[in-house]
Amino acid sequence: MSEREVWSKLIFDKLVEADVSLFSYVPDFGNAAIVEMAEEHNSTRTVLLASEEEGVALCVGADLVGARGVLLMQSSGVGNCPNMLSLVQGGRFPMLMIVTMRGDYGEQNPWQYPMGQAVVPVLEAMGILCIEVEREDELEQAVDAALSASFKAGNGVALILTQKFLGAKAF
Amino acid sequence: MDATIDRRNLMPHLFPEPEKYLLVTGLAGAAKDMAAYTKEADNLITLGGAMGGAVPMALGVALSAPDERVVCITGDGELIMSLGALATVASVMPENLSIVCVDNGQHGETGGQAGHTSRRTDLAKVADGAGIPSVMTVTEESQYEAARAFLEEAPGPRFLLVRVMPGAPTKYNRNWNLAETRLIFRNAYLAKRKGG
Repeated sequence: MSEREVWSKLIFDKLVEADVSLFSYVPDFGNAAIVEMAEEHNSTRTVLLASEEEGVALCVGADLVGARGVLLMQSSGVGNCPNMLSLVQGGRFPMLMIVTMRGDYGEQNPWQYPMGQAVVPVLEAMGILCIEVEREDELEQAVDAALSASFKAGNGVALILTQKFLGAKAF
Repeated sequence: MDATIDRRNLMPHLFPEPEKYLLVTGLAGAAKDMAAYTKEADNLITLGGAMGGAVPMALGVALSAPDERVVCITGDGELIMSLGALATVASVMPENLSIVCVDNGQHGETGGQAGHTSRRTDLAKVADGAGIPSVMTVTEESQYEAARAFLEEAPGPRFLLVRVMPGAPTKYNRNWNLAETRLIFRNAYLAKRKGG
């Protein structure tokens, strides 16, 4: 297994253990391995989204019937979500997002910086608790913390995988 | 617009037994019409904001409660804001989901400003192009019986476009506290499932 597959499996296994059944996503290199695992597992289902905000509403819908979803997206997609996050704050829905960063540490593409740098302020403005991962040795604890804060404590939570953790994409 | 239907009569004609479904509505008129008809029953969740959220929210319900029949009521303005969600629905093909779009060609809640469907856009064609397998358009009351049969029998997911006259939705002062309505809907569903 590649390094990316190893940490993707750690995240995926913990989500399955926490009864997350619906994996909604907009494709990104950073979440591709998790999505592949969710496609192959027999207790999980994937939903390819047209836009990230759909995933917020989709996870809210899952909660309404006692199920758990997750929204996987690249950092640029955070910019598509704020108004839909009104659901999470207003309804006190548990919500878990996993954001794979661009426009962050080591980024070479100037188009990625504006939204990348706005990810945490935008999420925090909508009441989402941000948990950032910079090193591999903090991942497991961070995933546990994100699962506790979302599905156990009922918060909106973003687990943010930074480019220090992911490595910057080389062009 | 070619429509002759008064939206305030629509929900009882389409859903004579609303308790058979899990009902998800968008904001504004869609919420008011269904909330008034069901007296805000515990199988109904309505939006008061988060425009564009109705279809993906109903999809989340439908995928997570595959034994239930799920109905999404939305308006033309809300649906146009989240057209991509029709493609998302078509990709996963939830057989238990029906989407009803109440199309008055205007943004009623904000003062009746003209919307795209009063000009050139046909949302039934959009739904068809997105890949929704069953699509029907209703423009007059004589089609109600066929519309009910469509909602019961056509292969899901289904998309029913109902062109209605411009005009106010049913008056109803619903619960605006989403944290409360979440728990009412959720607890009722989980209790029903536990009771078999």
